[in-house]
Amino acid sequence: MGNLVTMDDLSNEDIVAVLDDAERLVPVAKGEIILPLLQGKVLANMFFENSTRTRMSFETAMKRLGGSVLNFSSVGTSVSKGETLYYTMQMISGYADVAAIRHPRQGAAQYSSDAVGIPILNAGDGAGNHPTQTMLDLFTIRQAHESLDGLNVVLVGDLRYGRTAHSLSHALVRFGASLTLVSPTSLKMPVEIVSDLRSHGADVTETESLNEQITGADVIYMTRIQKERFPDEEEYAKVAGIYKIEANDLVGAKKGMIVMHPLPRVDEIAPNVDSTEFARYFQQAFNGVPTRMSLLCRSLGVKVPKKVK
Amino acid sequence: MTEMRRVTAIRNGTVVDHIPSGYAMQVIRILGIDADRATPVSLVMNVPSDKIGRKDVLKIEDRELDQEDLDRLALIAPAASIAIIRNHAVAEKMKVELGDGLVNIARCSFSNCITKNNREPLPQRMRVVSRDPLEVRCYYCGRDQEIDELIGNII
Repeated sequence: MGNLVTMDDLSNEDIVAVLDDAERLVPVAKGEIILPLLQGKVLANMFFENSTRTRMSFETAMKRLGGSVLNFSSVGTSVSKGETLYYTMQMISGYADVAAIRHPRQGAAQYSSDAVGIPILNAGDGAGNHPTQTMLDLFTIRQAHESLDGLNVVLVGDLRYGRTAHSLSHALVRFGASLTLVSPTSLKMPVEIVSDLRSHGADVTETESLNEQITGADVIYMTRIQKERFPDEEEYAKVAGIYKIEANDLVGAKKGMIVMHPLPRVDEIAPNVDSTEFARYFQQAFNGVPTRMSLLCRSLGVKVPKKVK
Repeated sequence: MTEMRRVTAIRNGTVVDHIPSGYAMQVIRILGIDADRATPVSLVMNVPSDKIGRKDVLKIEDRELDQEDLDRLALIAPAASIAIIRNHAVAEKMKVELGDGLVNIARCSFSNCITKNNREPLPQRMRVVSRDPLEVRCYYCGRDQEIDELIGNII
């Protein structure tokens, strides 16, 4: 069945197929072509935690394909009355054909997929996985560079807690990319992840300084240092704003290099970068739509036509 | 037997041999043996063993361990040997074997795992990633488990 709980649910061939389908769906995602592949199907957006981009892009993806969406939020519902995830999912599986779930607790997506018979798409579980974000990131990188093999991807910021950085680095390594990890010591990528990446034969470099990495980068992936993860203000203040890219910093960058960010950004990327050829984060946010369209089709067993018109 | 027998032989029941030294009390706990039991349990701790250096041994009268008991035991005493005794003779020998998964054996130790809500009805599940050294991961949240902590979380 078409669950997507972690990136391990997709082989490299699956990933390529999903990205190929997503590419053909771009005009549908933009509303230029009407293609009601999922007409009559219902997506349940199960958001037990706030989300803007992920929830809305799932909703747009489903609606652009002619399907409809049930939006669930845990505030003021049966969950706040103490209902378990198991029973909430049981109930929703009677109303919908597929569910996207975001939950503050790790393992919630796997748990849901064991609880019900409809396909589950993990839209973020605690500090665990966020595979649909990884897929749209891969889509964005491939769009800019065609192949992922041999790219030097520089991941910057909170690499300790950021689930986006964890899943993305695993996926990139599977396609032969090299990784440069830039973070303050307190927010380094967990050692077990780094050793895991290296055991797959990946070339991984760790450093605290961003400036020296700009000229050699094919992709700079900025992440927000998340205030809510810190035990106290003082610890946060030590590292807040430590990495910031301005348009001037990118003068020596390779042609074709792209700057990405899962958003929301605080001040990691100055607004004057937005108008440079390198900025790719708004495109990246849009790419959530065709990528999630493709994943919804896969999960529901609907084939995307070879020619979309 | 050259060495003097430390505990008398039992008529019917189970002998659990080759428990790592110091772990017999945990074995008693995970097998659900409590003070209310009507039949005797004998415990030997810290005796020399050719196989594992020092070991504990447990003799449980009038109870035959089953496969589910052995699955629990595998976490603490992967090298244990089990003998089922009937009428003073060894009727069956069993080996502890750690499978690929552990269902409802222990709770995940990660504070933010979905299974931390006691009211969630699905079973606790662990994946055995490696046997030597023992590496166990929660099937749901994917966190590696500290084995000592996991033993403390045995259900």
